[in-house]
This record gives sequence, C-alpha cells and structure tokens, in this order.
Amino acid sequence: MKNFISMTLNGRQRDDAVPGNMLLVDFLRETVGMTGTKIGCDGGECGCCTVLIAGKPRHACLTLAASCDGTDIETIESLETGGRLSAIQRGFHEKLGAQCGFCTPGMVMAAEGLLRENANPSEDEIRQGMAANICRCTGYVKIIESVQAAAEEIASKESAA
Amino acid sequence: MNETTPIDPEKIEPVKSIGVPMPLVDGPEKVSGKANYTADFLEHGALVGRILRSPVAHAEILSIDTSAAETLPGVEAVATGADFVGQFGVLPIARTEWPIARDRVRYRGEPIAAVAAIDVETAQKALDLIEFEYVELPAYFTAEDAIAEGVTPLHEKRPNNVERHVDYDLGEVDKGFEEAELVCEGTYDCAEVCQVQTEPHAAMAAYDGERDRLTVHASTQVPYYVHLMLEQTLGMPKSRIRVIKPHIGGGFGSRTECLHVELIASALARKCNGTVRIILSREETFVTHRGRPEQNTTLKMGMSKDGRITAVDTTTTQRGGAYAGYGTVTILYSGSMVFALYDIQNARYNGYRVLTNTPPCGAFRGHGTVNVRFAFESLMDEMATKLGLDPFEVRRKNLLKAPTFTANDLMVNSYGLPECLDIVEKASGWKDRKGKLAPFRGLGIACSHYVSGASKPVNWTGEPHATVNIKLDFDGSLTILTGAPEIGQGSSTILTQCVAEVLGLDVTRIRILTSDSLVTPKDNGAYSSRVTYMVGNAAIDAATNLKAILVEAAARKMDVQPEDVECLGEVYRAGSQDQGLTFEEVVVAALEGTGTITARGNFDTIPESWGGDKYRGAAIGGSMAFSYAAQVVEIEIDPDTADIRVEKVWVAHDCGKALNPLAVEGQIEGSVWMGMGQAMTEETRYHKGLGITGNMLDYRVPTIIESPPIETHIVESIDPHGPFGAKEAGEASLAGFLPALTNAIADALDIRVSELPITPDRLMEIMEEKKKAARKNADQKVSA
Repeated sequence: MKNFISMTLNGRQRDDAVPGNMLLVDFLRETVGMTGTKIGCDGGECGCCTVLIAGKPRHACLTLAASCDGTDIETIESLETGGRLSAIQRGFHEKLGAQCGFCTPGMVMAAEGLLRENANPSEDEIRQGMAANICRCTGYVKIIESVQAAAEEIASKESAA
Repeated sequence: MNETTPIDPEKIEPVKSIGVPMPLVDGPEKVSGKANYTADFLEHGALVGRILRSPVAHAEILSIDTSAAETLPGVEAVATGADFVGQFGVLPIARTEWPIARDRVRYRGEPIAAVAAIDVETAQKALDLIEFEYVELPAYFTAEDAIAEGVTPLHEKRPNNVERHVDYDLGEVDKGFEEAELVCEGTYDCAEVCQVQTEPHAAMAAYDGERDRLTVHASTQVPYYVHLMLEQTLGMPKSRIRVIKPHIGGGFGSRTECLHVELIASALARKCNGTVRIILSREETFVTHRGRPEQNTTLKMGMSKDGRITAVDTTTTQRGGAYAGYGTVTILYSGSMVFALYDIQNARYNGYRVLTNTPPCGAFRGHGTVNVRFAFESLMDEMATKLGLDPFEVRRKNLLKAPTFTANDLMVNSYGLPECLDIVEKASGWKDRKGKLAPFRGLGIACSHYVSGASKPVNWTGEPHATVNIKLDFDGSLTILTGAPEIGQGSSTILTQCVAEVLGLDVTRIRILTSDSLVTPKDNGAYSSRVTYMVGNAAIDAATNLKAILVEAAARKMDVQPEDVECLGEVYRAGSQDQGLTFEEVVVAALEGTGTITARGNFDTIPESWGGDKYRGAAIGGSMAFSYAAQVVEIEIDPDTADIRVEKVWVAHDCGKALNPLAVEGQIEGSVWMGMGQAMTEETRYHKGLGITGNMLDYRVPTIIESPPIETHIVESIDPHGPFGAKEAGEASLAGFLPALTNAIADALDIRVSELPITPDRLMEIMEEKKKAARKNADQKVSA
C-alpha cells in the first residue's frame, strides 16, 4: 500500500506516493535522486544520513518517508546559495573538516542544526551537538575547528549587515 | 590569470605551492554533497545484487541448489562459485580465495551464492529460496586451536594451518642478553580490529554484451588489482575491462586488495547482460573484514644500566582468518619493523601467521607494525622505570644516526626522531610535570615509524613504480592523469601541488583525473603510504619534462637558447628586461607542429632500498624512506569507574618536507585518534565464528565526545630522495598511541596493561586484583 505525502524538500513543495516501509533516506536517494545524503550503517549508528526535519537534525535512515507528510525537509543539497558554499560548508572545506567526505554531508547538516539553535557554541556544545555523527578520518579535531570557523563567519557577516 | 590584466614583469614570479597549507582540491564537491561515491550512481535499469553468506564457519559444500531462485519472477541472474574460472588474492603466491565459495566454506559470512534482481525485496526472496547443503568440519576460532595436534587443515597446502612462519636471527642475540644488566620478558595481546571506514563496500558493474566489455565502478584503494583479479576470476581479457574508482569514503587498508563485491557484481552483470549494483550493509562490510589480526606477542629485551638495548627476541602469532590475503606480508612487517626504529644490532624473530575460521584479515593502517610496537614500547618503558631512567632518555640512548642501514638492511637516509622527542618532551611539559601529577593522572610516551611505500611491488612487472601523465592542450589547461587512488587522504591535492610547484603555476590552473583505467596510467594503488612518495616523484618528473618542452618552445619563439629562458610560471622570458611570453603564448608555440602534448613522468626505487636478503622475505620493510613519530599522552582515570579520559595528546611526526602542512596535520590527527580507538574501545568479537560486533554500536568507534585535543607538530628531516624531501605522513603516528596510553596508565596507577583494548571493565578488573593483592600482602605481613 502506498501513502500519499506532501512535503517541502529544500524549499520546494512536492507530492509523492511512497510505500509505507520506505525510509526517508531511500526516498531522498533513490526516488528523488538526491544522493548527497549518505548511508554509512544499517540504522542509526553513524549519522551520515543526517538531514533537517522541521529544522532539527534527524537520521533519515530512522525516519519513514510516509511519516514526513506535511513536514519541511532540508538536505545537504539545499545549502549552497548562488553556486557558493555556505559558511559551514566553507568551514569544512577550508579547515579540512572533510577528508574522505563521506560523513561530511551528515556532519554539515548536524552543524547547520546546531548553529541555528546556538549561533555561538562553546567547544563542549559543539561536541554535544555533533555527537551523533561518526567520522573515521579526522579524529574530529578539524571538524570542531570547521564549526568554529563557520560560526565566526556567520557572526561577522551578521554584524556587517 | 585574467587575460585583461597587464603583466608587470617586475612583479611576476613563480607561484609557490609546496609547503603551503591549502584545502583539498576536491573539497568543494565533498562539502556540497556533489561528490559521487559508488552507491551514488543511479544507473537507469540497474539491478540490485545481493549475496548469500555461509551460516557455518567450516564445511564441505555438498550442494547449492539455486533452481527455485532462478525461476522467481524478477530475478535476472544467480551466480555461484561455478561462474568463476579462477581464484583471487592479493599476493601472486597466495591466490586461494574463490569470489563465491566452491567445495568448501571457511568462515561464517563467506559468500556462497548471489543474485541480481529488479529490487531489494525480490533479491532477498531469491536468496531465501537457495538451498545450501553441507557437512560441517571442525572449526578453529583461535590461533592456538588452529595449530594444535591433529587439526583439520583449512587449506590443503597448509597442513598445520600455519600460513607462514618467519624467522631471523641477526647479530649475536644470546651474547647481547648475557651482556645486559637487565633482561625482561612480557606478553602482549591485541584484539582484532576493523577499519570501519564510513563508506560500506560497494560495486556497480555494467556488461555490454554486444561488444563483450565490462565497466566496473568500485570502492577500492587498488583499482589495478581489481582489474587483474577480474581478468583472473572471470577469464575475461583485461583489455575488455574498465575499472573506475569514484570518490571513496575512506579505506585504511580495508580495500587494499580486491574484494568479493567487485567480482560478484561483475559476474552477475555478465550473466544477465546488464548493470548490477551491490551495496554491502555495514554488517557485511565487517564480515568482509581485512582488518588487523588478533595478535599475541612475547618480547624479551636486554638493556644495559644506562638504557642501551643489547638484544631483542620477539615471538608473535597472528590469527589471520580463513584466507591468506596479505598475511605473509603482515607477519613479515611485524618482524622487519619491530626493532628497526632504533639502533639495535642483535635481534631474533619468530612470527607465525595462522589460518583460522574467521573472516580474513588484511592490511590495516600501520600494516603489521602496530601490535609489535605496542609490545616493544611497553617493555622498553617498563625496563626504563626499573632502571630508574627517564623514558625519553632510554629512547635517546638507542637512536639511529642517518644515513645508515639497520641490522636488517633497511635504508635510512633521514631520521627526525630526535627532534620529535625534543618537541613532545617540551610541549607536554614532561620534565616539570612527570611524576608530579595529581593522583589517577598520568603521562606516557612512545615512538613509532612507518615506510614510505614498499620498495618492491607486490606484482613484479618490470614497469616503473609510478607513472603520471600531464595533458596540455590548446586551451592552456593542464590535466594530471594518474591512476593513484584518491581515497580521502588528499593524494590528488598533493599531486596537483607537486605539478604546480614545478611549473610555477597556481594550483587552480591544474585539474586532475584519477583512477579510470580508460584514460589514466596504471597505478599500483593507495597503500603502504606509497602515493605521496612514489607518485609525487613521478608527478614532479612529468612536470619537469613538460617544463622542458615549454622552455624549448619559448626559446624557439623568442629566438634564444633554452638555457637562457627563465620560467616564471605565467611568464617565460629571456632576461629580466624582457617582456617575455605569457603561458598561453608559450602553449601555442609548444603545440605548433606537435598538437596536444602528453608529458610522462616515472618513478622507480633504488636497489639500496630493497631491504637486503639476510632472511627469507627480508624485502618486506624495504622502503625509500621512513617516517618517525613520538607522542605523549596525558590521561585521567576515574577511580570508581576505571573510565580513562584522554586529556591531551602531543604528537610530533617527521614527514620530511610537509608538502601541505594542513593535509599533514589532518593525517596525523586521524592516525593518533585511530590508535586511540584500537587502544581503548575497538574490538571485533565472534561467537563460534559468528561476528557479534558487526555494527558501530557494538564495535565502539570513538565519538567526538571522548576524542581528545591533539597538538600536532611537524618535523621536517628532508629526505634526499623524497618529492621535495617529503616522506610518509598518514600512518606512523597510529602505533605510538597504544603504548603511550598504557605507559600513561602505568604512570597513573603503577599498573602495566598488556591486553588491548583497555576498556573500563578490563581496567577495573586489574585495579581490583591489585587491591586484593595489596590487601593479601598486608594481611600476610600482619600475620607474620
């Protein structure tokens, strides 16, 4: 049996019919064709599939697509504006918060959720905010620096505006 | 450079790229989600491939009945071992593995059949319809059990289940022990660990039946080996195969050899004349394994009272799993590297690589060196304490002096370990703080090293170790063509920097295309830290050859001699007053008459680096250069829960010239942290051969919460043969963490930990035992 859902995905409204057992991550990747969201585990272990649902970081692999009716979903594909990297993406690029890059979309979305809640997080708050995401390359040192750099860039842009 | 900007000849100079911290050239794709990994290619009409795996650890296969699966609507192909014509394996001497088991299964999870179907549900249903009949054989889950009297061999050619015994006896070991003032022996156990790179293994194979061609996208560190093994197992001419390595979500050695997944996807694709995508689950990725073996080491060391090591005797056993894999190389590395960090002349070694009914082990980061380093640096530290010597001083007493050859003929031309020691001693405040910390706090130090590529290749073909092409065309664009797999370690960035530096151009002028056998030159792969050193040198050679062509063309155009031409990157000129030619003008001149230019560069190792022949297999360990590292770890232990908190790590790594200090830091931090995972939490466990830690919750990878600050220092002992003097940066700093941690525990608790990982449970047990022993001791004293 299929479920009819209506959601806002990266700012665009869309309607879909999805099987009841379809995971949001499979819907995004296989149905919509947005493969920026990654699958690194068999369910809820690694955080590679982190997306924002109603502005909050969530595991797309632990969410049924059918349950997303009427929600607002944001993925890594939504962040660039005018072909330019967002402050968080720039932070991860310039501070080497991404090595192999596989955990990065999830990391960036977790950071996006964190900085929307708390524009000036302490190091401990960054650790708490990113704790559901596993990286195997960086040892997290440069991930923390990436988020800090992004927070600074956002703050400096806001004070200039 | 913008063409409308007039060039001021006074200001023009070659752009510097080497030694400049810069972000990765493929960073924007990665942070924006545009980077395509193997699972991201959504080919229209691609079938879903699924693998059926053995439920038993050791059995004779009686039959595998796939008839019901084959007739299930939606199933396009079913494959078994009968669909392959040859076995695979990374070492030409040990190709013992079938892509899908034939005759016998040797570990739980070994592939026994595979299907390609229109969707996941159909594929799963088809697997459920396959009937597997077998007769169980005795199975061995520990090295000890596998080599006991009267065992059933896993492989006919290995009657006692020893894949390889390595031994050497260098110098005068017994005399060395006699001359020692202190001789100690210790036994050290390390659990099996798995790479757990974030991207599970995946392959997509497309077979073109009309032209008999196969195209394979594979998540691999070694597309060339995959190519060879496709030929070997499918019986297909390699000229009809194309292997593409897209973006890869880490490797750490997990895919340093061809795996089943690429071979099975290809067999299915050929069978159904279509495209088959197999994405392994995390659990299957654990079962595929190729991680670091469980290893038990007994080490005996002799020391003079001033801390000189007089002799070392190492006996070590690795539980290698069901197939050879890299096993022979792993046990050889343990032997060649255990003492060669220091100046030690008397060394004996007995290494045993054992076959067991567990998933095959492989070449995990720090290949073969990590577990013996833990043993060595632990015992050295313990003996220093017994002799009342400072751990730093004991290490300083045993340093090599470059240039030199070690007792096993390893060529050492650069040796920055003394500086590494000085830096971490000072940075950590060792002299002022050691022994003066609060209770339950401790400081520990250890050293480590690693090769910069193996000097003798796995497949001896007579070709150079590395080849790089640079294509220069009418548009003035430069494209580096290399088979060197970018796996997240930053090799594409480093190669781009090497070429940019030689030509004096900005890196943004240069693009790089990696690992597509259709267009890129063959490369052995991303392993043993070979890429920066070997492929970097080949890139420099290619750029130098291209520069010579450009200088020649500029000379022709300006009507001067080539030796009078000065290359300033964007401008070529003859004399400082000359307006010169722009790079574009030089390109036009260079292409006249020849058309598109492809400049080639090569690299080869020198015979002095081949590791000698003092024992069978002594070539393993031979390298053009070694990197060195020292690290200090500071910890605090909760006395009630035995929870160990790593407060800080200070690490210094001698990587020769740091071509990109930002990327080097990233490699060192990642290595130290990965060592921490092995030391503290990570362990694959099995119940009668069944993996019971096949996920990232039961297999505990450290999260951001418990990961410490790492203060990284780069030491640059310029290597005479390295690319701009560079050496390895991505492996050596892993091994040092393990003993630095346990040495810190000894400092905090006066307890010597010899079994890793040291989880809170294990440490609590040891602390309780110590308390009990102390109480017993006190009671005895009272009663006496």
